[in-house]
Amino acid sequence: MSTPTLPPGLAIQKADERIMTLNVGPQHPGSGHMRIIVQIDGDYIVACDPDPGYVHRGEEKMAEYRNYVLNVPHLERPVIHDSCNVLYPYVLGAEELLGLEVTERAKYIRVIASELNRCVYTMYWLAIYGIFLGHSTMFMWPAGDRELLIDLLEKMTGARVTHSYFIPGGIRNDLPANFEDVCLRQVNYFEKRIKEYADVFYENPILISRTEKTGVLTRENAIRLGTTGSVLRASGVDYDVRKKEPYDVYDELDFETNVMKSGDSYARSRIPWLDMMESCRIIRDALQKMPKSGSVRVKLKPNPKGEIGSVYKRVESGRGALGCYIVSDKKPEPYRVKLSVPSFRNLIALPHLLIGEKLGNMPSTYWSLNYWPVEADR
Amino acid sequence: MSSEPKKEAVEKKPEDSKPTNDKTTEKPAATKPAPKKAPPKEEPELPAFEKGIADKIIENFGEKTTISFVKPDRVGIKVGREAVHDVAEFARDVLNYDHVDSVSGVDYPADKEIEVVYHLSSYTDPTLTRQILELATRAQREDKPIPGNDATKLPSLRDIFYSVEFHEREVFEMLGVYFEGHPDNRRLLLPEDWADLPPLRKDFRNKGR
Repeated sequence: MSTPTLPPGLAIQKADERIMTLNVGPQHPGSGHMRIIVQIDGDYIVACDPDPGYVHRGEEKMAEYRNYVLNVPHLERPVIHDSCNVLYPYVLGAEELLGLEVTERAKYIRVIASELNRCVYTMYWLAIYGIFLGHSTMFMWPAGDRELLIDLLEKMTGARVTHSYFIPGGIRNDLPANFEDVCLRQVNYFEKRIKEYADVFYENPILISRTEKTGVLTRENAIRLGTTGSVLRASGVDYDVRKKEPYDVYDELDFETNVMKSGDSYARSRIPWLDMMESCRIIRDALQKMPKSGSVRVKLKPNPKGEIGSVYKRVESGRGALGCYIVSDKKPEPYRVKLSVPSFRNLIALPHLLIGEKLGNMPSTYWSLNYWPVEADR
Repeated sequence: MSSEPKKEAVEKKPEDSKPTNDKTTEKPAATKPAPKKAPPKEEPELPAFEKGIADKIIENFGEKTTISFVKPDRVGIKVGREAVHDVAEFARDVLNYDHVDSVSGVDYPADKEIEVVYHLSSYTDPTLTRQILELATRAQREDKPIPGNDATKLPSLRDIFYSVEFHEREVFEMLGVYFEGHPDNRRLLLPEDWADLPPLRKDFRNKGR
């Protein structure tokens, strides 16, 4: 900042002989595809400047060139592991603009797919969280158990990760025969497995000592900074879009939201794990309540045009509330698509968490944010 | 050709086709519900709670604000750029909205304006959990933008809603709307040496398209 010719973070600032500036990332595997510029005084972080944008792909711009259906495959790319949830608000918004009514069975299947996806994403995140805390078992176990649900999603959608399963008007195809039984069996086994993580990870004194009381986000700050999802609920705010503004059939399903009060890294890492158990509950409930037959999508006319106007839809993704703002001007392509993604919204909390912490707590704090760089950049 | 009647079928479905069309039978649905779905239905449907929020804002700010829509759980208000700061303060202090969900910039070259849309929401007020307040304000648009040094400016809401910090930085780099009063207007996602037009403007064309 002091020398305008150099980009921020590269300029050498000698405010004090003791202060050192470190670039964490973008190549550093501990930061994902982003850079965190930290200044340290001895072992303590005194300044932090997150610098995302290394995986910016212009999804919003691309969406202005493609019609409502062609937007589906690329708008799920920000988080391929959570592709159903990333796409969900866009599909809901497009349905409102195109005036489509989704059948009951399609709504239930969507809920099942999005809960499976939430677990798949969370397991991937948990694997990375584990390995960056130096806990190899916690990398191997989630990475392996995740496959159970990926197999289910593959049966449903035909693809392991990028499903393109939700389309305006329903879902792309119906469930395969005998899916309910397989799903129930695998989800029950999955739930049994993730409960075992308590012994090896969540009740592990080493994890607790490393994450408890570090990176504390107070309730007031969590609200003021507009954080969302697990970060918000770890700080004691009970806000889950699935409960507060139920979309599709979430209001008919039986589940709880998980809230913790401490707001530290431990709470933030525990909430997604607890959420997975609720997801299993939702899936079982949905399998039971789902209509056993019926059509799963409305027939679209070619190149459907949206009504003039705008919609703002939001869903609860694996990381938090995900909003989609679509402006339509009666053309086959949307005039503007804006994704308000939870990672981007939670990133603002990072400096507040890190300043005053020891540098050694940075990986655990950063990954506890449930932050996905690719999603933040879009 | 046959796409014309079909179009109407799809658009009219949501109102009253629920019991009849499970099987996406479009043509009967097109002919039947069309007379039933009458425009007067729209009027009494205005949700009372949302209307109350909109009215409170209109009462206090009068001609500086206009209601753009009142839908279930969504209220849209258009605000003049000189009043947006006050309206946002009112929304926080009186209406209890406590954070911003999203800030979107939308380019309207035909109007020579760029719209910035704030989606306000609330965690603390239990009556507002489903609500989104949409504040839209417009900045003057320059044909040859010099981001930060032209007339495309708006007052920043960062002192009211801290949560807009990164969102406003993004709108600045993507559309060139400079937010006066924002403490940190550096680029966020784009490279520091980006020298082209702000990419989300409509006159920035995707190469090869």
